[in-house]
Amino acid sequence: MIINGVQIDQTFAEAFPMRATRVIITAQNHKWAHISAQAFTGFATSVIACGCEAGIERELDPSETPDGRPGVSAMIFAMGGKGLAKQLETRAGQCVLTSPTSALFAGLNEGDPIALGKNLRYFGDGFQISKRIAGKRYWRVPVMDGEFLAEETTGMVKAIGGGNFLVLAESQPQALTACEAAIEAMKQVPNVIMPFPGGVVRSGSKVGSKYKTLNASTNDAFCPTLKGQTKTELSPEIESVMEIVIDGLTEEDIKKSMRVGIQAVCDLGSANGIRRISAGNYGGKLGPFLFHLQEIMA
Amino acid sequence: MTELTFTLKINPQQRVDVSPLTPDNLNGKSLPDIAAIELQTGNRKIRVDELFAISGEDASTIVIKQASNKLDYLGKGNGSGEIIVEGDAGAYLGFQLKGGVIKVSGNVDAYAACELRNGEINIDGNAGDFLGAALPGNKKGMQGGVVIVKGNAGDRVGDHMRRGAILIEGNAGAYLGSRMTAGTIGVLGDVGALPGYAMKRGTLLLLKKPTNLTATFNDCGTHTLGFLPLLLKGFQGYNTQFGGLSDKIKRVRRYAGDMSGAGKGEILVAV
Repeated sequence: MIINGVQIDQTFAEAFPMRATRVIITAQNHKWAHISAQAFTGFATSVIACGCEAGIERELDPSETPDGRPGVSAMIFAMGGKGLAKQLETRAGQCVLTSPTSALFAGLNEGDPIALGKNLRYFGDGFQISKRIAGKRYWRVPVMDGEFLAEETTGMVKAIGGGNFLVLAESQPQALTACEAAIEAMKQVPNVIMPFPGGVVRSGSKVGSKYKTLNASTNDAFCPTLKGQTKTELSPEIESVMEIVIDGLTEEDIKKSMRVGIQAVCDLGSANGIRRISAGNYGGKLGPFLFHLQEIMA
Repeated sequence: MTELTFTLKINPQQRVDVSPLTPDNLNGKSLPDIAAIELQTGNRKIRVDELFAISGEDASTIVIKQASNKLDYLGKGNGSGEIIVEGDAGAYLGFQLKGGVIKVSGNVDAYAACELRNGEINIDGNAGDFLGAALPGNKKGMQGGVVIVKGNAGDRVGDHMRRGAILIEGNAGAYLGSRMTAGTIGVLGDVGALPGYAMKRGTLLLLKKPTNLTATFNDCGTHTLGFLPLLLKGFQGYNTQFGGLSDKIKRVRRYAGDMSGAGKGEILVAV
C-alpha cells in the first residue's frame, strides 16, 4: 500500500491490556490547569520504568467541567489496578493538590471506583469537610490558597496500551516534522493519549536485551546508524525513524487515532522525505492486540 | 390508570395516623382491601373508607385531597412512588422516608422529614418546628434526601441532621441546624436566634447575615469556595430557587463553629 508516495508496511502494531482512568483537573485559568496536569502526567512515558503511562487528553471549556472553571482532562494507564491506584494517588497528592487553585474530579463514572480525594482528604488534618452533591461525594481540604476540592473516587476501566506506528524519513528534521503533524491530528481524537515527550519517542525498544537485567533495549533493526551492523529493517535512504505510541480505552479508539496520525504523515508525503510507515511488531511476545496498518488505512 | 385518590370526607376531631397510605403498602391491593385498612386515631381505629372517599387505581401515585393538619405520618417509611397532598399535612410527614417524592400544597406540622433516609419532600407552604430532625432522644436526624420548603420553617430545623439538604426559601426559626452532624441547610430569608447552636459539622448557607449569631462561631473571613457552584448546580434538577443561585453567589463569609463543641461546622453568608 502506498499513500502519497509513502509505503505502508504490511505489518501490525502489537499492544497489550492495561487499566486506565481519567481525571479532570480545573483551575483559575487554562494556564494553571495545564501546569497542574503537566506535573500530574510527568515522568509517565512508559510502564517499563515509570510505573504508569499518562498524558493530557484535551483542554476543557468551563461549560464541560463540574465546577464551571477552565480545565484539562488527563488519562493514566498502568498494567494493573493496584499500580494504577497507587500512581493516581501519589500523583494527585504531589502534583494536583499542590498546584495553585486546582480542583480534581472524576473523568470516568463507569468501571471500578478507585480513590481520588478519598485518602488525600487526610491532608486536611481533621479540618476537611465532606459534601455529597447529586449522589457523589466530594472533599473540601483547606489549603493555604483556599480550599482544594476533590471528588472521592474516579472510575477505572480495562484499556489498551502500546498501539504504535513508526515514521521512517530521509532526515531527522523531516521525521520530526511529520510526527508533530501526526500528534496535532491525534490530539483531536478522544479516549487516547500519546504518553511520550511531545507524543513522540525516538528510542523505540524491542522486547528483551543481551543484558539479563533489562527487559527492553534499543530497537536495533530500526536504528539508522546500525544499518550495516545488524539485521536492519531500513533501506539506504532512511536516515531517521521516530515512533508514536498510543494508549486508549478501546481498540476502536486506538485504530481511529492511528488512522488520523498516519494520514497526517502521509499528507506530507514523499515530497517531504517521508518514505515508509511501519510498526512495532514483536512477533506476539508483547500482547494480544494487533493493529494491522494496511487494514487501518484501507 | 388514574392515580389512587383519597378525598377527606370529614374533618377529624383527633389526629389520625395515616402511615399505611403509601405507594409501597397499597401497591397490588384492591379498593375493598384498601377501604378496610384500619387507621389509628386517638385510642380507637377507623376504617379508611370512614374517613376518605376512595377513587382511582394506580397506587404508584397517591393523592390526598382536602387534606388536614390532623393527618400524621403521611408517607412514613415509603420507598418509591409519589404522594401528592392537596392541602395541609400533620406532623411527621415523610417520617423515615426511604425514597420517592412527597408534595404538599399547604403547610405541614412539626417533625416533617424526621429521620428522612432518602427521597424528596416539597412543601409549598410553611413547615413546623424540628424539620428534618431526629425523634426526641435519637441521635440521627435526616440522613439523606432533599427537603424544599417554599414558605417559612419553624425552630430547630435540622436538629441532629446527618446528611442531605434542606432548602428553605422563606425564613427559618431559632436554633437552625442545632446539634447538626453534617449535611446542608440553605435559607433565603431571615433566620432566628442562635443558628448552628451546638453544631458539630455541616453547612448552613444563608443569604442574609443572622442578627443573633452565637459568640462561639468565629469569623474566618470572606472567600470564593469552589464547591459552592457545584453544590448549587446540584439543586438545578429540583423545584427550588437555590438551583438558580450558582451564578449569583460568588463569595461567602465563613463562620466556623460551634466552638463550644467540635467546632467543625460552618455558617456561610453570601456577600
